Amino acid sequence: MEEAVSLLARYGDEAKVLAGGQSLIPLLNFRLARPERLVDVNRIDELAYIRRRDGVLHIGALTRMASLERSPLVAGRWPLLAEAARLVGHPQIRSRGTVGGSVAHADPAAELPAALAALGAGFHAASQRKSRVLAVEEFFITHLTTALEPEELLVEITVPPLPPRTGAAIVEHARVHGDFALGGCAVVVGPRKASIVLLAAGPTPLRAGAAEEAFVNGADVDEVAELAASESGLSGYRRALAAELTRRALTMATERASA
Amino acid sequence: MRSIAVTINGRVHRGEVDPRMLLSDFIRSEGLTGTNVGCEHGVCGACTVQLDEEPVRSCLMLAVQARGRRIRTIDALALGDELHPLQLAFQEAHALQCGFCTPGFLMSLDVFLRTRPDPNEDEIREALAGNLCRCTGYVAMIEAVASAAERLRASHGPEPV
Repeated sequence: MEEAVSLLARYGDEAKVLAGGQSLIPLLNFRLARPERLVDVNRIDELAYIRRRDGVLHIGALTRMASLERSPLVAGRWPLLAEAARLVGHPQIRSRGTVGGSVAHADPAAELPAALAALGAGFHAASQRKSRVLAVEEFFITHLTTALEPEELLVEITVPPLPPRTGAAIVEHARVHGDFALGGCAVVVGPRKASIVLLAAGPTPLRAGAAEEAFVNGADVDEVAELAASESGLSGYRRALAAELTRRALTMATERASA
Repeated sequence: MRSIAVTINGRVHRGEVDPRMLLSDFIRSEGLTGTNVGCEHGVCGACTVQLDEEPVRSCLMLAVQARGRRIRTIDALALGDELHPLQLAFQEAHALQCGFCTPGFLMSLDVFLRTRPDPNEDEIREALAGNLCRCTGYVAMIEAVASAAERLRASHGPEPV
């Protein structure tokens, strides 16, 4: 890891971090990205782990999507993340694709960033000079852009514990199985608390704050779903889809919370 | 140029490669041309190989990244002259037409059936979803996978209880 951050410090903007490569290599193959240098982090084994410490989930940035999907710890305590991972591409993609790569790529239609946003994750970045933790709202800036600086490496994602009687769900719709979603919604609901995050609805995973407040104040699910969709600025089919998927995610999460 | 040694189908292949060379191109340049390259951006699945027993798109990995790793390709699926149960089932069910996509399907399905020896139809459909076929459609493939699964279960004997 020291070598990786020292290379990033030396080459800055010229370098691009290569994690699982499931987004970056297609861009290279099409010559849409032409970085001078690639810093391949795939052999940094110390960055591939899933563990729980003091109730908090720690996911190493190099953890493969397949590991997240199969982790008993994740399935037991943060099943939303396993559910989100299963929606990512296909097994042939999840075997290589990494949690950190998905997050750092910051595609607003990606499932994992939306799920992590709903769970209130923290994003840990390291460079030669400093380490820092960014909250969701600081981390995702816009389409394919995060607050990571050129010399910074995303090293870990932390997820706080879920209080008792909390339920979560992620639902999406893609025209073809495994494609990026046309719409989707990740939801975490608990006693007097709700996170509603839309994917493929704006430049970043979109937190529907007004809908969350309405839900906590007892508004019915249909009303909350409409409100969430209206916060997106989408129109027509995509807006109707966002509302319907939000309604389904909220219904599932609420059922799970009371189960 | 970088020196690499990659174990492909049990044999060590050494090469001097450009860091930008894709794994799919390296495999083919070693004379193992069973792996086909279709879309070159990870969508079609034709180039799927196994990396340490996981299915991966070989067009989405650089050859240098496979240094020291174990790769298995379609060229090693049959046991000598004896076709693998998946190959037999695909042949019998007419689950291919031009055959370009078939290596990728089989390398994906081989892993799938090892992890899920008795899949239902929905699971088979999902397992097929990561590969594209532009000739035949998928109905015959679903039939072929079910039949291959049955053969593999029979050849392994009953599941331990």
